[in-house]
Amino acid sequence: MNGASSASQTLEITANAGVVQARQRVRALAQQCRFSLVEQTKLITAASELARNTLIHGGGGTMTGGLVEERGRRGVRLVFDDRGPGIPDVDLALTDGWTSGAGMGLGLSGSKRLVDEFLLETVPGQGTTVTVTKWAR
Amino acid sequence: MAAESVSDRLVGLLTVRGEDLGAEWSDKVAGSLGGRVSRAEVQRELKEIYTALVAALAEGGMDGRGEAFGEVRALLTELSRNRAHQGFTPTETAVSVFALKEVLEPALSGDDSDLQAYLKFSTLLDTLGLFTMEVYTRTREELISAQAEQLLELSTPVVKLWDGVIGVPLVGTLDSARTMVVMEKMLQALIDTGSEQAIIDITGVPAVDTEVAQHLLKTVVAARLMGAECTISGIRPQIAQTIVALGINFGDIVTKATLADALRHALRRSGLTLSRTAPQAGAR
Ligand SMILES: Nc1ncnc2c1ncn2[C@@H]1O[C@H](COP(=O)(O)OP(=O)(O)O)[C@@H](O)[C@H]1O
Ligand SMILES: [Mg+2]
Repeated sequence: MNGASSASQTLEITANAGVVQARQRVRALAQQCRFSLVEQTKLITAASELARNTLIHGGGGTMTGGLVEERGRRGVRLVFDDRGPGIPDVDLALTDGWTSGAGMGLGLSGSKRLVDEFLLETVPGQGTTVTVTKWAR
Repeated sequence: MAAESVSDRLVGLLTVRGEDLGAEWSDKVAGSLGGRVSRAEVQRELKEIYTALVAALAEGGMDGRGEAFGEVRALLTELSRNRAHQGFTPTETAVSVFALKEVLEPALSGDDSDLQAYLKFSTLLDTLGLFTMEVYTRTREELISAQAEQLLELSTPVVKLWDGVIGVPLVGTLDSARTMVVMEKMLQALIDTGSEQAIIDITGVPAVDTEVAQHLLKTVVAARLMGAECTISGIRPQIAQTIVALGINFGDIVTKATLADALRHALRRSGLTLSRTAPQAGAR
């Protein structure tokens, strides 16, 4: 039940070009939702982080994005899904500066701060799904 | 034996009225290209192909991918590459091959052996037409990736802003490949111009995520190793707020809102002071 709205579209993230496309798609959605420039930039940046995690840590996956409406509010909801290794220790992964690779370790924790709602579902050995929502002010 | 007689029949059809058919073919193709290639040029190209085609058929071949058609394919490769470079569409390129079918049609007598021959010829031209398309597509792909590389070079100019101060205005997305190019160009420019101050301006960068930030930090560290100092300018309000929310720390790297601020800072660091003098009477 945490999927995006019915009109949402799914995008494959299997190479760096997928991350670029994800940013472009999210920019279009944020503009459709009349986000301010600051809100747009925050959501695009969060999407960039999560899409790259899907690609690099999840071994590739998808982004499903669309507009949502709830209790008179309009927003953008994005679902990043992969069938990768999963995250064994979620608290550790969400710690600022912690990385299992050579990144800055701020993508997961940082993107959580850039959106209004953040849901991380992961099963080690099965995959990871991150659902984020940002509401128009 | 059957295949041989078909190709013999075709050689007959194509040579008896060879001059006429060749000319008609050239007319049709030149017409389809709308004058963007001269008639004489089309005639020259097609005459060579026509001759090679008849020679291949005379050798007894009917397989467009076979050895007998090596020369034909070489000529078609040249034609496709030229069309792709000149910006013609796939249709305009393939027409050069397919038009020969139309040209041959009225020359048929209508008896069975002619029909047989025409059907085989049609299949042969389909094969050659597809070959032309493959070469065309490959050429376009080569062109596109070459342009992408050029763009990479073009979009990262390094400019001298002042004696000892260079500027690197970044526009667009900073991925790993581009950062490499930027870094190399900037470090080289520091040496070439004997500069000790570099300003990286990110006004044109739409979003700064942790990957971009990491690339920027690496570039600054590399410059420091060479004894140069970097300032990052053009940090717009939405970028500043996003960087803070992400938790990125630029450490002791100097950042400025505008390129002008960064230049003033760089000049001061290189020992220069700017002062405003009262405007002279009569000066505007
Ligand atoms: N989709 C994912 N699949 C598996 N592991 C992940 C995924 N996303 C994040 N992680 C883990 O969480 C860690 C922290 O992620 P992040 O904050 O984005 O930092 P970074 O990507 O710089 O390492 C990663 O190093 C990785 O171990
Ligand atoms: Mg990350």
